[in-house]
Amino acid sequence: MTAALDTDTALGKPIRRKEDAHLLHGQTNWTDNIQLPGTVHMAILRSPMAHAKITKLDVSGALKQPGVVAAYGAKELGELNGGVPCVWPVTDDIKMPAFPALAIDKVRQVGDCVAVVLATSVAAAVDALDAIEVSYETLPAVTDMEAALTSGSALVHDEIETNACYVYKMPCGDYEASRAKADVVVARRFINQRLIPTFMEPRSVVAAPMGMSDEITIWSSTQIPHVLRVLLALVTGIPENNLRVIAPDVGGGFGGKLQCYREEILVTNLAKKLGRPVKWTETRSENMVATHHGRDQIQDIEIAATKDGKILGLKVTLLANMGAYLQIITPGVPLLGMFMYPAIYKMDSYDFTCTGVFTNKTPTDAYRGAGRPEATYAIERIIDELAAEIGMEPMELRKKNWITHEEFPYTTVAGLTYDTGNYEAATEKALAMFDYDGLRAEQARRRASGDPVQLGIGISTFTEMCGLAPSRTLGALKYVAGGWEHCTVRALPTGKIEVVTGTSPHGQGHETAWSQIASSILGVPVEDIEVIHSDTGRSPYGMDTYGSRSLAVGGQAIKAASERLVEKARLIAAHQLECSAADLEFVNGSFHVKGDPSKSQALGAVAFEAFTAHNLPPGVEPTLQAEATIDPEDFSYPHGTHLAAMEVDTETGQVKLRKYVCVDDVGIQVNPMIVEGQVHGGVAQGIAQALFEGAEYDEDGNLLTASLADYLIPSAADLPSFDTGTTVTPSTSHPLGTKGVGEAGAIASTPAIINGIVDALRHLGVNDVAMPASPQTVWRTIQAAKAGAK
Amino acid sequence: MAHITVTVDGTSYSGEVEPRKLLVHWLREDIGRVGTVVGCDTSNCGACTVLLNGRSVKSCSVLAVQADGSEVTTIQGLSDGSEWHPVQTAFKECHGLQCGYCTPGMVMATVDLLSENPKPSEQEIREGLEGNLCRCTGYHNIVKSVSYAADLMSAGPTKGAK
Repeated sequence: MTAALDTDTALGKPIRRKEDAHLLHGQTNWTDNIQLPGTVHMAILRSPMAHAKITKLDVSGALKQPGVVAAYGAKELGELNGGVPCVWPVTDDIKMPAFPALAIDKVRQVGDCVAVVLATSVAAAVDALDAIEVSYETLPAVTDMEAALTSGSALVHDEIETNACYVYKMPCGDYEASRAKADVVVARRFINQRLIPTFMEPRSVVAAPMGMSDEITIWSSTQIPHVLRVLLALVTGIPENNLRVIAPDVGGGFGGKLQCYREEILVTNLAKKLGRPVKWTETRSENMVATHHGRDQIQDIEIAATKDGKILGLKVTLLANMGAYLQIITPGVPLLGMFMYPAIYKMDSYDFTCTGVFTNKTPTDAYRGAGRPEATYAIERIIDELAAEIGMEPMELRKKNWITHEEFPYTTVAGLTYDTGNYEAATEKALAMFDYDGLRAEQARRRASGDPVQLGIGISTFTEMCGLAPSRTLGALKYVAGGWEHCTVRALPTGKIEVVTGTSPHGQGHETAWSQIASSILGVPVEDIEVIHSDTGRSPYGMDTYGSRSLAVGGQAIKAASERLVEKARLIAAHQLECSAADLEFVNGSFHVKGDPSKSQALGAVAFEAFTAHNLPPGVEPTLQAEATIDPEDFSYPHGTHLAAMEVDTETGQVKLRKYVCVDDVGIQVNPMIVEGQVHGGVAQGIAQALFEGAEYDEDGNLLTASLADYLIPSAADLPSFDTGTTVTPSTSHPLGTKGVGEAGAIASTPAIINGIVDALRHLGVNDVAMPASPQTVWRTIQAAKAGAK
Repeated sequence: MAHITVTVDGTSYSGEVEPRKLLVHWLREDIGRVGTVVGCDTSNCGACTVLLNGRSVKSCSVLAVQADGSEVTTIQGLSDGSEWHPVQTAFKECHGLQCGYCTPGMVMATVDLLSENPKPSEQEIREGLEGNLCRCTGYHNIVKSVSYAADLMSAGPTKGAK
């Protein structure tokens, strides 16, 4: 017997967030707020060179500076100079060069750590960096992926004798046969530019030996306290049981805090060595070079189709920039995209090849969507190009090829089985909200009149795989961990509930949403439920928060643990009420004897009985708690239709977003207010990739966009409001019917914007525009098209 | 070192300070008012916005010594906790925050914006908050929050209670 989800509960309501009170009053616990007595502050001497030999390094001068406690280069640090781990060796023959926390003999990126100073104040530590003597012999920087793969290129890592990290192939069906049958083959090269995650709270880490035991407590602004604990134990050799990792208030992550960073390794090892708290907080300028970047792929994509628009096959050849080193899942990010290039479309064949390439740039890794935004961008762009090539309305082409709702569950050419979806319903709703026909008519009028401001309409009909992940699938992909999630639910003797989760929120509102799930099963008010998270001392088991997994996977564990708790409580209640367990029904937090409304016992009373244990049934242990560790049956597949209308000034290149409509299907929604907020933020980040952001390097490997003055993340004045809608097609592979939502907006929105710009300018001969589509880029694209047409 | 006296959230603080020290670092490191945060080092993000003698400033672009003799209000002094400021109420009601890191600056900038323009249009809100960056919300709900705060404030002081 399981407790049914009561639809008349907190589940599905836009409950205001529990998290907000402390955040709105500045009663926050960011890692940088932690000021322990005796703390020494770490400052880092970083490489100003992209590629150089370290010909001299002498830290002794720093030791003479006021307030300095210690200073280390790689030589002085010796075996405490731990290596940054990579847990995703995607092929058997992948090249995995060492990544020591402090560079040994050579630097390979601007921002590489060369030496550290520890002092009694941040200012003293930073000042003393100037007293370190260091000199470099410049080596040629590898900055271009294609050049990196040519023979004779300088090598990022001499010892592996190549800049190719790995080649991964996934042939599905016979693409050459599809190509031979096709009437039309359209090929494009898209550049999915390098982005910087730019969460608002800079990274910070404090490690402290706790004195009364061998425990070292590490507070870190991380998305992954549980995974970090395991990795730090492996890297530092400190027994895992002596490490406690806490992620206190964490100010955003977007994948950028899904990492075991060199600074976390250094701070942990130095706290142990010095026997006192060590703290490091990055400056924003450090963040831009030293926090991992995202995207950075050259995408060659080819689509084969019949002349009436039936897609036959797809070929994708990627160059994926690893940067200078491999971090936690650097090589695997393109593979998360690999499965998604066929997207919502039916086809006979799909051929995928990805080459990972080392360059002298900051390492790449997960950034909101991690591989799927790149895939969605390429497929949604090439669909529009195919539509233009065969003269078909782009939405009609999509409808002709997408999986219809009757065809689910559907196994795609890439081998994934999508459980559910209804692309027709989401699209129909989006088209109605958007006034698609009206805007097409306006577009035709502007075209006809030769208006210098043209209207563009951009489409993105997307799906994604999220809810990382079934452990067996991760194992098959050579990922060195599982994808399960844990929850313990405790009913305290005073009637309060503790939900202990292994997810680790950094803005997503888990405290509120998880309370809603537990409340809907336990019948206990949301305000009587406390969600405990992000502390390996208080929530010992977990796989943390990334890949839109927290609800999709963690939510299942909360449901299962809550139901198990109810079943244990039922045995106790039956004993108290002198009836059989089968005669009890559990409604609104109380057990009632069927047919005898006078006999009932509330869950809180049962919890008290379990606490006193004076009168428990035989074989039932004291205390009322239950746990569940759930491995998801499959990924979840949110989908949606995003439509953007924009005015493109053909004389200035300025793109003005006029309307953005999206209808997302994320399955059952636990809190629609939070869902909508996640979509807003994701859409904004995707729009930012299309219009504003790009990490630019010069040919010497210097990051030119190394501050918030140079790297343009949009302000309120740069964005419109968004029209959001939803359809609800419950996931059948997840017991709550939920899917993920954290990344959906960022995955969907980028191609909608670029498709819209191209749509506005296609009559001028434009068939692509580079990202970010700044006014200058758009203007130059128009000029080049005009020159080409002459 | 210079001697300064600054009233922060109603309490007077005096002390010696290095002339190069920024107001935000003084608030956080010297007097422990850590509700105000640092998000960048180029005065772009606005996370450190406070009120200096009633007007919003980025406290990373003011030296602590420049604040000598002034009154500073931070996010921690905006309300006493039992009665919320209408801007705080509005941000909660409209889901105008996610991770909350930009929130102290966003709220303080909003307080100043509404004191200048009690009934701003959407465009005026967007332009008024241009100096405050948020990475989570896409600004949609921040704009709604500011608009709702304006409604609450025009309806009278008690409407802000939460």
